[in-house]
Amino acid sequence: MKGDARCRPNGAPGTRWRPTNAMTPFLAAQIVLTLFVFVMLLNSAAIMVYVERKVAALLQQRLGPYLVGPKGMLQPLADVIKLMFKEELRPKAADAFLFALAPIISATCAFAAFAVVPFGGSTTLFGLLKEPLRLQVADVNVAILVVFAIASMSVYGIVLAGWSSNSKYSLLGGLRSSAQMISYELSYGLALASVLLVGNSLSITDLVNRQAGAWLHVLPRWFVFVQPLGFLIFLTAGIAETNRAPFDFPEAEQELVAGYHTEYSSMSFAMFFLAEYINMVTVSAVATDLFLGGWQGPFLSESIGWIWFLLKVAALLFFYVWMRWTLPRYRYDQLMRFGWKVLLPLAVVNLLATAAGVLYFQ
Amino acid sequence: MILFYSFAVIAVVASLLVIAQRNPIYSVLLLIASFGALSGLYVLLDAPFVAVIQIIVYAGAIMVLFLFVVMLLNAPHEETEYDEHTQMLRRSGAMRFGGFLAVVLVMELVWALSKGGQTGRFAGASVSSVALIGRALFTDYAFQFEVTSVLILVAMVGAVVLARRTS
Amino acid sequence: MMPTLNDYLVLSAILFSIGTAGVFVRRNLITILLSIEIMLNAVNLTFVAFGRALGSADGQIIVFFVMTVAAAEAAVGLAIVISLFRHRESLNPDRFASLKW
Repeated sequence: MKGDARCRPNGAPGTRWRPTNAMTPFLAAQIVLTLFVFVMLLNSAAIMVYVERKVAALLQQRLGPYLVGPKGMLQPLADVIKLMFKEELRPKAADAFLFALAPIISATCAFAAFAVVPFGGSTTLFGLLKEPLRLQVADVNVAILVVFAIASMSVYGIVLAGWSSNSKYSLLGGLRSSAQMISYELSYGLALASVLLVGNSLSITDLVNRQAGAWLHVLPRWFVFVQPLGFLIFLTAGIAETNRAPFDFPEAEQELVAGYHTEYSSMSFAMFFLAEYINMVTVSAVATDLFLGGWQGPFLSESIGWIWFLLKVAALLFFYVWMRWTLPRYRYDQLMRFGWKVLLPLAVVNLLATAAGVLYFQ
Repeated sequence: MILFYSFAVIAVVASLLVIAQRNPIYSVLLLIASFGALSGLYVLLDAPFVAVIQIIVYAGAIMVLFLFVVMLLNAPHEETEYDEHTQMLRRSGAMRFGGFLAVVLVMELVWALSKGGQTGRFAGASVSSVALIGRALFTDYAFQFEVTSVLILVAMVGAVVLARRTS
Repeated sequence: MMPTLNDYLVLSAILFSIGTAGVFVRRNLITILLSIEIMLNAVNLTFVAFGRALGSADGQIIVFFVMTVAAAEAAVGLAIVISLFRHRESLNPDRFASLKW
């Protein structure tokens, strides 16, 4: 006689999968995690607005925002409210559908890229869950490639914004910016490939776990010590990918009015802004996971390792802001020349050297 | 199954709109949507590597190239004056023959597919590990790999030479 | 009920015929190139479906090569379109009917 449902696993061939009691807290935890990540990304963009202005001010020996809230900390809130109340303009000759679509594409790709980035080890929420919950919205085993793929898709937001505004500054800014992004994607990808050679897996969680432990109990086994050149190339290409200084010629105020987002105002402009900051956070998070050991660190166990993760990402974001307000801007042809003639050969050499090293030290 | 049908419908509708649109920019964007749906289908077929490569290469690079060319040429979207007023299968001469050939192809494909075929489920194990694909690519198919890299080099040089201004 | 191999083949056939119709009927060079890309994608889908059905990685490897070839062909095709447009200011293939440049 056919075995009863009690003796066969849930969802075995021939039965229907039914949700069991043990699953509901886990599923609820997953949903809460997704919403939590979304809200935290929005918060991080707001915090970055404040941090950028304050750090810029301190680097330039002035005060920065100090009126709104204690030490000016409510300044991003004031900015958001101002942006929300501005009039939403659209040039008459602009293509309405593409004009509205471009900021949506930018913002969506920025959020989506963070979905596969793990920000902590497994945690059981202090014993509330029966199975450990991975602190990652989607656990894909080709996670690095997904990040890269969504970064390539974010080029469309910019190029469509430039085209649909029907103005010469926007079009030039959009084309230049997207040409810059696709040029630096090559070095970005080759730096990623070098890490993959060392780490032997495409899943970011595996790569972080490989960085556990320390050599001689002193130097942590982070990939930055194995791949210093790769780290520098990755970070440089990441800065160029997110259109930040010193590679921000296409959107610089002094050069092209405001580049591809000249014609945008109010919330659409806020979406581009948001997309830029969240891209910065994503690049920093991926760099932390791949090169700086992710959530590993002394004194803290794996389930609260996300504190270390936050500290490392904060350090990289500070580096981003520091670069912007310290270095002068590259001119566009210098920028493209740097990307193709300097960074790409360096990335290729790095990859070859890594491959040789991996073969030698088998 | 729902996923399969939704991706399939998106892919087919987007492709139909690609060939029916006047404005080439909308055609390119609709084709990107179609590629996204195909990428979802590859995930359903247990091929995550191909799915991600499809997004990176096709939707992320080749379509950007198309979009650049359309924008830089400011591609006009009126074709002949005749096209504006007539639907596809009633146009003259070459176009009518072309439409007829397309319909013949559809009928042939329908005939071929109706001659039985597997209606059971997918059997066999799936190979979705990137490591296995990489290993096969660099050992069994190493020659094809190297030839493809020469092909890309030739295409790059050819594209630069062809698009150069000869003034 | 899972999709069967036949479902994937039918979908691929539909996409291929849409692409063919596009090549035959449209009179805009860029749309013709886009239709060729649709056809190549339909073929990719067939390869991956068969690879999955036979349980081998060869389907995905061929797709890798087809994508590379498609990229090279798109680049060269677009370069040709650019130089044609520069000469005749039109993207209609009917205007390039005479052999005189």
